[in-house]
Amino acid sequence: MATSLRRPLSRAASTASKGTSPAILLPTSCRCFSVLNRPPPNYEGHIPLTRTERLGLAFGSGLLSFIDPRRGDLIAAFGEATAQPFFISRLRDRMLLNPTGRRILRDRPRLTSTSLDIPHLRSLPSNTVGYAYAAWLDREGVSPDTRAAVRYIDDEECAYVMQRYRECHDFSHALVGLPVFREGEVALKAFEYANTGLPMTGMAVFSAFTLKKAEWRRFWDIYGPWAVRNGVKCQDMINVYWEEELETDVDELRARLGIEKPPDLRDIRRAEREKRKRDKEAKEHARASVI
Amino acid sequence: MSAPASRLLLRRRLIDAGKKRVSREPYRCFSCSVQLAQQQKPRPKSPQDAPSTTHFGFETIAEQLKEQRVGAVFSSVASSYDAMNDFMSLGIHRLWKDHFVRNLNPGCNPLTSSSKQGMNILDIAGGTGDIAFRMLEHASTINHDAHTRVTVADINPDMLAEGKKRALQTPYARSSRLKFVEANAEKLDMIPDSSVDLYTVAFGIRNFTHKDAAIREAFRVLKPGGVFACLEFSKVNNSLFDAVYKRWSFGAIPLIGQLVAGDRDSYQYLVESIERFPSQTEFRDMIQEAGFLVPGQGWEDLTGGIAAIHKGVKPL
Repeated sequence: MATSLRRPLSRAASTASKGTSPAILLPTSCRCFSVLNRPPPNYEGHIPLTRTERLGLAFGSGLLSFIDPRRGDLIAAFGEATAQPFFISRLRDRMLLNPTGRRILRDRPRLTSTSLDIPHLRSLPSNTVGYAYAAWLDREGVSPDTRAAVRYIDDEECAYVMQRYRECHDFSHALVGLPVFREGEVALKAFEYANTGLPMTGMAVFSAFTLKKAEWRRFWDIYGPWAVRNGVKCQDMINVYWEEELETDVDELRARLGIEKPPDLRDIRRAEREKRKRDKEAKEHARASVI
Repeated sequence: MSAPASRLLLRRRLIDAGKKRVSREPYRCFSCSVQLAQQQKPRPKSPQDAPSTTHFGFETIAEQLKEQRVGAVFSSVASSYDAMNDFMSLGIHRLWKDHFVRNLNPGCNPLTSSSKQGMNILDIAGGTGDIAFRMLEHASTINHDAHTRVTVADINPDMLAEGKKRALQTPYARSSRLKFVEANAEKLDMIPDSSVDLYTVAFGIRNFTHKDAAIREAFRVLKPGGVFACLEFSKVNNSLFDAVYKRWSFGAIPLIGQLVAGDRDSYQYLVESIERFPSQTEFRDMIQEAGFLVPGQGWEDLTGGIAAIHKGVKPL
């Protein structure tokens, strides 16, 4: 019945003999179930949604996550509700067209704090991807376990692709060095939209309208153009087998993928904060000396 | 794209299409799928079932596990409980609770009654205090009774914490008239026999592992002549309204739970547990079996049967 997202061994044979409800395999335009009789799940945690529910989830999660971007679960739900039927399949097909992508789909590796061994990553040389990732996790104070499981994507393989995208988001952060607060996230989402085409990433860029003026200026001048330029021309991030790249040199990986490193956002912000403080002190001093 | 890669993609698509043809059932229209669902309706628990399992929504689980799973649900929803109630019932739950309390008319008017101590009210599964505060308000304001006291008992400490927090907004927070106690309704050891004038349980009994044990405990702690009152979700009478109501329950409520509280599963459990609760007549019979006398037909439907108030009186 419900399987986990791990690759099943003989799915073809079992589906043919079981005759379980294939309502999900029919195109979404002719759903034949209501909320009272959902078909059996395609994988563990799967919830088949009706069209109305999907629309409701898309609008609701989109609106509420715009109002409160800290609700990561809503951003995830928004991604799942808007990725079907076309965008996530297109991403999966891009994986199928790449040899590494095909290997990832066959092996279906999952990134969790147990599968990664973070203390070991911290011990790697400081120029490696693994070290950069562990250092980024420590700097931002996050853990790889906070990713919600995919529930609303009907095709099992596409659900895995979405889960993989979600789990690799942190690696993208580490590779480009963008921090977790709103400004950094918006820039990274713009990059991911140019790279993957998932609607949620594109919509997340609208969060840029909630940025402060200086942040918006930086996004418009520096990070936005960087994101679009690099996202479009570089290779698919979804096809990177991160588990195998942990000991690669970061610059070498960036060069291989075709990504430029953007200016360090935390440094820029710190410099600006200090400049503002110095200006304020100078002004106070000038005022005090006049009196 | 490269030739071998595109061939691979094409071959994969053909295999998938073949699988679909092989495993495809005959086309099911919407009405046929409804019929299929009715055949697959979960069968009610029969006496031949293993005695140690019970239902948790539509799931069947071991009896010992139900308490902790319900506990997990309510710990998870405690902080957004009131907001969620408003969203799910479109605010109507306030009307239900107001009617419930007004109808019971707690408190003894000192001008007309002889008792000087007021009523001793026990509110079970009353965690966040909705009913308790209304009772105290009604007794004090309408019946001018400054002595009626309410004990709020709940098995879940998180819900009790929410209740204590909300009590701070009322004048009863630090008075002897309001008490919060962590207790299991099936085993109220800290409440002596025949000590309670009014036993209320609102939207709680649905979650108990053994409803009959809770009703028997209610019988024990109530004074002769005391009233057992239960406000709970029930079966809707009108079948058209029921169809709409069920679709709202199973479609919108888990979605609202996901959006507002970030917890779809708890609200899925909630609507499934409503579905599993016995009907008005069945529950009235359970109350009678415990020894209560039941007034009139035994229950009052609210909003077409979405909720119902069941009452019983302990014989003198």
